[in-house]
Amino acid sequence: MKICFFHLMPYRFLPEDFENRYRSVWVDVPHHLYDPEKTRGLYHEFLDELEFAEAQGFDGLCVNEHHNNAYGLMPSPNLMAAALTRRTSRAAVIVLGNSLAAYNPPLRVAEEFAMLDLLSRGRLVAGFPVGTSMDMNFAYGIDPTTLRDRYHEAHDLVIQAWTRPEVFAFNGKYTQVRYVNIWPQPLQKPHPPVWIPGGGSVETWEWTAKLDYVYCYLSYYGYKRGKATMDGFWEAIARVGADDNPYRAGFLQLVCVADTDAEAERLYFPHVHYFYQKCLNVWEGFAEAPGYRTVKTLQTGTKPQVGAQAKKIRQSLNWQKYLEQGYVIAGSPRTVREQLTDCIKSLRVGHLMVLLQIGSMPKELTLHNTALFARDVMPHVRDLWPGYKDRWWPSGVPNGA
Amino acid sequence: MIDDDRTLDIREGAVRFRVLSAGRGPHLVSFHSFHERGGWSPFLDRLAARYTVHAPFHPGVQGSSGVETLDDVLDLVLAYDELLDRLGIGAAHLIGHFFGGMVAAELAATLRQRAAKLVLVSPLGLWRDDAPSQDLLILPQEDLPAVLFRDPASEVARRWAAAPQTEEETLAAQIESIQRRASMAKFVWPIPDKGLQKRLHRITAPTLVLWGDADRANPVVYAEEWQRRVKGAALLLVPGGHMVLHEAPDTAAAAVMEFLGT
Repeated sequence: MKICFFHLMPYRFLPEDFENRYRSVWVDVPHHLYDPEKTRGLYHEFLDELEFAEAQGFDGLCVNEHHNNAYGLMPSPNLMAAALTRRTSRAAVIVLGNSLAAYNPPLRVAEEFAMLDLLSRGRLVAGFPVGTSMDMNFAYGIDPTTLRDRYHEAHDLVIQAWTRPEVFAFNGKYTQVRYVNIWPQPLQKPHPPVWIPGGGSVETWEWTAKLDYVYCYLSYYGYKRGKATMDGFWEAIARVGADDNPYRAGFLQLVCVADTDAEAERLYFPHVHYFYQKCLNVWEGFAEAPGYRTVKTLQTGTKPQVGAQAKKIRQSLNWQKYLEQGYVIAGSPRTVREQLTDCIKSLRVGHLMVLLQIGSMPKELTLHNTALFARDVMPHVRDLWPGYKDRWWPSGVPNGA
Repeated sequence: MIDDDRTLDIREGAVRFRVLSAGRGPHLVSFHSFHERGGWSPFLDRLAARYTVHAPFHPGVQGSSGVETLDDVLDLVLAYDELLDRLGIGAAHLIGHFFGGMVAAELAATLRQRAAKLVLVSPLGLWRDDAPSQDLLILPQEDLPAVLFRDPASEVARRWAAAPQTEEETLAAQIESIQRRASMAKFVWPIPDKGLQKRLHRITAPTLVLWGDADRANPVVYAEEWQRRVKGAALLLVPGGHMVLHEAPDTAAAAVMEFLGT
C-alpha cells in the first residue's frame, strides 16, 4: 500500500460571506479578494507541510494544477515539485499533473518532467490530466469539443519524445514540430510512471486501462460516492483483460485525525466547512462547457462535481453528514483506521492519496493532523495489499518499487 | 408547415445535413443559432409563403452530423457550399440569426456568388472589448429567458422555457442542448472573433441588418458596427429582444420580405 500526501494549496482567507456574495471560486473569482500580504509566506508553509509529510514517512507527495482558482494556488505544480526535490530525498514526487492540451507545444511538459525526474533522481510520477472544464475551457480558452483530441495527441507526442531513439518530425493536427529532440531526457526508463487523474469519464477508464497507466479518481465527495466511478474503472480493466492489481488505481480522500471523535469535530469542522461551502462554490455556467464531456459520458446521467446541483446538496451539509456520506473520514485514530480500511478495500486502491490540509486549515493544525495520521493510522493500513507488485512507482525512490 | 424533412450527404456521408424545407418561390436558406430548438418557426412559415425556405441544422445538431470533421469556420463554409450544390441551388437569399448570422455572413464574404441577398439578424462574429456579447453558450437554463427575450414572462418566452415532464425526457433534452451548443461552440470558442472583420468588405450582396431594439444578448452597438463594415447595409431595429424572430414574427417577416422583394 502506498500512502501519499496531497496538497491543493488553497487560499485560506476568503471572506465569511464568500459563497453568498460571489458566484464562483473558480474562473471569475474577483482578485480583489486576494491579499498578497496575507499570503507572503504561504507557499513556504505549504512546502513545509509537504516536507513534513516526507519526514513522517509518507510514500509520496502530490501536487496538481489549477488556474483562476482560489482553492488551488498552483497554476504551475512543476515549480512546487522542483522546490520539493531539493528538500526531500525519499518520497515520490507525484505531479498530478500537467494538463497536456494547455501547453504549446506540449513538448514543454516532456522537457520539464524530464528536468524534474533528474532533479529528484528518478522519483517523479508524471500525471497527465485532461484538465477540468474550468481550467482548460474557461481559464485557458481551449475549445471544449477538441480538448480531448488535443490531449491525446499531446500525450502521444510527449511519450514519443521520451522514448524514440532518433530525432523525429511530428506532424500532428494541433502541433507540428519538424525536429523533436528534447534535452534532457528523463532518468527513468523507458519513462517516468504515468498516472491519469480523472473525473469519471467513461473514455478515460478504457484509455488508461489499455495503456497500462494508473487511474486516479480525484473526487472531493469521498469514497462512498467514489465507488461507482472506481467500479466503472475496474470494469474497464476487466474488459481489456488486464489483471486487477490494486496499484492500478489511486483515490483521493479527505481525512481528519484527532484524539477523539468529538475533538475531530471541534478542530476540523470549520476548515472542512470552508472547503465545501467556499472552495467548491463554482457557478453553474462554468461547471462544464458544452462539449467538455462526451455524449457517451453524459448518457450515464452523472453530473459534474460542481455547479448548481452540487451546491444545493452541499448547502445542507453539517459535520454528521460530511461523515455519514463519507466526504470526510474523520475522528479518533480508531475510527479513521476502520473507515479508511473500508475505503481502500471497497475501491481497491493501492495508491491512496490523503488530503490532510483542508480548506482554511492553518499550518500547525495541518502538521498535527499529518503527525497523528502518520503515527496512528498509516501503519495499520500499510500492509493491505500483500502480494501485489507496484509496477507504477518511480524507480528512483529508495527501496521503492 | 414543413413540406420536407430530409437528410443530404456530402463527402460520401462524412458530413450529413438534415434540412427542413417549405414553400415555393426563390430559394432562401436560413441558418439557426444556439437556442433554436426545433429548427422551424412561425417566422419561417411566413417566409415560406413567398420563398422556398430551407433550414439546415448545423453539423452535430439533431439529425446533422460530421462536425468532428470540420475544424474551423472555413471548413463549415465549404460544407455549406457543398450542401447548396446538393440542393441544386446556385444563389439564394441567406438569412441567419446570431451564430447563423455569422455563418451567412462568412458564406456571403467567401463565396459571393452564393448570396442573392443577405439578412443578418443580431449576428455574432465581431467583438468589442467595451461591449462584449453575452456568453450565451454557457448561461444556465434558468438565466436564459431574461437575456434572450424582451419580456421573459411573455407567452413565447414561457413556451420556449417549458421544461420536459419526465426524468428521461429531461436527460435527453439536456444532452440535445449540450450537443447543439457544443457543435457551434467549436467555431466561436472562447471569443466569437475569428477574423470575420477582415472579410466583411468582400460582401457584395445587398444586406439587411435586423436587430431587436431590446437585445440584451448581443448589444445594439454591434448593429452599428455591422452596418459600418458591410458596404451599403441597411439597418432596421424592430421592437423585441434577442429572440426577435420568435417574439415578433409578423413584423420581422414583413421587414425581411420587403427587403428581399420577390
